[in-house]
Amino acid sequence: MDDNKKPESQERGGQSNGGIVLTEAQQRARRSRSVAIAVSLIVLVVLFYIMTLVKGPAVLVRPL
Amino acid sequence: MSLISEGANVGRPGGANLVDQGRYEAALDEPSIAEVGDYIALLKPRVMSLVVFTALVGLAVAPGSVHPITAFTALLCIAVGAGASGALNMWYDADIDKVMTRTARRPVPAGKVKPGEALAFGLTLSGFSVVTLGLLVNWISAALLAFTIFFYAVIYTMWLKRSTPQNIVIGGAAGAFPPMIGWAAVTGSVSLEPILLFAIIFFWTPPHFWALAIYKKGDYGRAGVPMLPNVAGDAHTRLQILLYTLLLAPLGVSPWMLGFTSALYGAVSVVTGAIMVLLAVQVYREVSPADRACRHLFAFSILYLFLLYAVLLADRGWGGLIARVAA
Repeated sequence: MDDNKKPESQERGGQSNGGIVLTEAQQRARRSRSVAIAVSLIVLVVLFYIMTLVKGPAVLVRPL
Repeated sequence: MSLISEGANVGRPGGANLVDQGRYEAALDEPSIAEVGDYIALLKPRVMSLVVFTALVGLAVAPGSVHPITAFTALLCIAVGAGASGALNMWYDADIDKVMTRTARRPVPAGKVKPGEALAFGLTLSGFSVVTLGLLVNWISAALLAFTIFFYAVIYTMWLKRSTPQNIVIGGAAGAFPPMIGWAAVTGSVSLEPILLFAIIFFWTPPHFWALAIYKKGDYGRAGVPMLPNVAGDAHTRLQILLYTLLLAPLGVSPWMLGFTSALYGAVSVVTGAIMVLLAVQVYREVSPADRACRHLFAFSILYLFLLYAVLLADRGWGGLIARVAA
């Protein structure tokens, strides 16, 4: 048997005995999604921080 | 009379029904291959840009002052909320998107994003956009944004779109809310002026979409969407286009007639309104299928709405925005 040949499930990014094995494309896609989520969360935190500075003490006043 | 055109392919709605059950369950076990770009496509960026523009006009023409960063936050939340409703729409409509040439390459029908991912993405962004707008700007605008998302995703997408040829008439309200949300972000209230801005987009939507629906009738028929031309025929649709345009033209002029804007807006709205009516008359009179006239009306209707709102921004809002930034 050719040792270099990956199991079929691994080539498709499916499950092997060690769990789910991602293909290169799936790993790239997951990394790009993780970076996008991280950037979005940082933007959200910075936005809340700046808006707190902008509002000052009024940040605690919440009229409907 | 059946609301669905004869021979239409009416499937069960919803992204989960896009593929057969066995393949769908197997696909759930596969790791996702969706790229960031696919998720951005779920937000319908072109629709979002129009929403941001109309919301900016509502925000800029509103009386009173708002900090520029607060204004930016409001626009960001409105944009994300609009994108979220687009993602929910693409999740639910994946089955009909797949059979329409205009929408077949969207991420869910193309298999790039799974239906469940699109649903989770839409719900998450909806929650974040509404809560952030409420916490950082005010809860009136947040409530309006929440209602807009609900109206578009549930009332229009899940109910009206597949059940009545009046779908885009009533559903058009969802697209008309953004300037009102922008106004409410500044003032914390709603008055006659933002209702006029709402009404202009509301009455603009039927002639705009029905012109498209006439020359995309085959697409809508295959998808089983009961658009007016598929249900009532071209002649009736063209009459409706003319009637709605006759209502729209004076409505477009009304902000000037009520003294809210300068003569510049009045002149632009009269001239562009007259062109809209002329094009609608051409649509009404042209021999069926009237595709050429419909394409002209569809293209000009986009320019018409853009011009009205751009002049409004230049006329009323631009000076106010600069003054607020300077302050």
